[in-house]
Amino acid sequence: MSAITMRELTKVYPNGVRALDALDLEIADGEFFALLGPSGCGKTTLLRTIAGLEVASGGNVHIGGRNVTNLPPGKRDVAMVFQDYALFPHMTVQDNIAYPLRIKKMDRRSRGEKAAETADELGLTALLQRRPGQLSGGQQQRVALARAMACHPQVFLLDEPLSNLDARLRLEARTFLKRLQRELGVTTVFVTHDQAEALALADRIAVMEGGRIRQVGTPTEVFRRPANTFVAGFIGSTPMNLVDAEVHDGELAVAGTRLPVPDEARDRVSAGEKLVYGVRPEYLDYSPEPAPGALSGQVVVVENLGSFSLVSLDMPSGDAPATPGTSLQVVVPEGREPEPGDTGWVVPRPGRSLLYRDGELVSTAAPPAVPAARTGADAER
Amino acid sequence: MSTATRTPPAPATDPAGEGPTIAVRHLLAQIGRYVFLCAVLGFFALPLLWLTTAPFDDTPTVTASLPQFTLDNFRALLDNPYALSSLRNSVYLAAGTAALVVTFAALAAYALSRVRVPGRDALLYGLLLLSSIVTGTATMVPLFELAFRLNLIDSRLGVILILSGGLLPAAIFILKDFMDSTPTSYEESARVFGASPLQIMRHIVVPLVRPGLATVGVWAVANVWGNFLVPFLLLRSPDKAPAAVIMYTLYTEGGQADLRLLSTFSLLYSLPVALMFVFVSSRYGFRFHGGIKR
Repeated sequence: MSAITMRELTKVYPNGVRALDALDLEIADGEFFALLGPSGCGKTTLLRTIAGLEVASGGNVHIGGRNVTNLPPGKRDVAMVFQDYALFPHMTVQDNIAYPLRIKKMDRRSRGEKAAETADELGLTALLQRRPGQLSGGQQQRVALARAMACHPQVFLLDEPLSNLDARLRLEARTFLKRLQRELGVTTVFVTHDQAEALALADRIAVMEGGRIRQVGTPTEVFRRPANTFVAGFIGSTPMNLVDAEVHDGELAVAGTRLPVPDEARDRVSAGEKLVYGVRPEYLDYSPEPAPGALSGQVVVVENLGSFSLVSLDMPSGDAPATPGTSLQVVVPEGREPEPGDTGWVVPRPGRSLLYRDGELVSTAAPPAVPAARTGADAER
Repeated sequence: MSTATRTPPAPATDPAGEGPTIAVRHLLAQIGRYVFLCAVLGFFALPLLWLTTAPFDDTPTVTASLPQFTLDNFRALLDNPYALSSLRNSVYLAAGTAALVVTFAALAAYALSRVRVPGRDALLYGLLLLSSIVTGTATMVPLFELAFRLNLIDSRLGVILILSGGLLPAAIFILKDFMDSTPTSYEESARVFGASPLQIMRHIVVPLVRPGLATVGVWAVANVWGNFLVPFLLLRSPDKAPAAVIMYTLYTEGGQADLRLLSTFSLLYSLPVALMFVFVSSRYGFRFHGGIKR
């Protein structure tokens, strides 16, 4: 049982920067949890506050039901893997892995055995007598993970675990990390600024901005239904199209076209209201011919992204309050790319459009705090 | 001033006659440079040459010459009651001071590097400036007075403390740079595993800054070894005097410098420090700046 609960957690640095702003968050036992956000959003501060390397200015942190807010890092039963791995350069791999056990006063022999055992699980046996400087980036990362695993902590904290690896190795390490976390079943919190990494690895993601959490949800929830325009713009390899819209006669006037109001928002909008219409480029179908309920525009840029292309269209300003030059991006499968200068039509897929009022999603359901399955599992224990 | 930025007009391609002149001028410049270098080299090499030949010479003079080989000078030196014990005294003073300086400079540099104190840099520069005064001639009178009040006259401890005080600021300054370039993530990592500050210091920081510690240690030893004024004033009994002070006493009854003894003693006096340099340099390598070889 090692859930992490934070209540009203606040961190104000001596220079007055409010890195964490009365933050509430629950991370379930065994969960692989991502803290995602742009640089300076407080995600690393949050991780370091859980680790105890930063002292909270207010609020509290519980790990496994124990209030650890005022405990030093060594007493919290957590292990942290740093962005640069922080392997001690003057120690061999074996001594590095055994270091937490040395601190726990385990005798030299048993800690050597334990280190060798942990190294074996991660395929590091051949490297035990090397020094960190003689290892590749991927090997260094695995040594850092082995060192964290050796002391069997309740919680793993990973600071940007993949950012020090080159692109190809990163994919490999991502799969490795996800499998390792599944096998160990230890609650793991990691920090990343890369939304693709968060979507791929995490069971749940907290998207942060300016010391606050803007949305917590599974990768699917965060991708399909961003709770606000910040998350909509941040998640996804191509940001969501956000276009000004106005409600007219139960329909939406968007860039010269009338579109139906999304079902969930139908009872929550009033005539004449100005909103933002959001749809992902992946959820738009391109057509070279006019189609019913389509937005039309002129193709300006075609970016080839391998198996698909990202097409940008300029929308005309019609009776809708779209500013001239409003543009849409749409994903077009290979072989069907238009040429720049063509006129094209795009049809939003049903059920994939969202409406935002003052930056917040207009929807019927309240945003889910902790997923039902996880909380159910916790309740049983 | 605008002409300075403009490229100067290319020299006109010289007619056939001018080529050799340039070559000759180049050759002369080359010769001149080497003659100058030889003169400088000779200036520094001659005293060293004297140091290696004079001790073995029957009748050394102030010039370096091929010696009439003899070891009598060493025998004569051994008869001097203070010569050998003074070298031992020098070792005591140097080792004691180096140990104090390295230990306290490491602790202070670590703290100064990790804790944000307002005015920290000003403090460091101030200490550095003042330290040259502490062991300098200017403060010898108050220092003597202080040592007298504390009953530290004619005590090796007194000399060690005063020399350490003088060397510490510069040592802290050098070591702080080493500490600064040690990533804090090493220490934070150890902290998360539960290591105490002293454990972190012992297991992580000291091994990482070892080249710095070695540099400061050797530098402290060399400084104490060559210091004359402080032990000369504070130590009264000749059996406690270090080599640098005893060398001052190697004169004949007539007040003439006894070149036979003086040259022999100089050789013995310089050997330990030279050997230590070679040893430490091969073992740890000298560096006056931080940074970690990974």
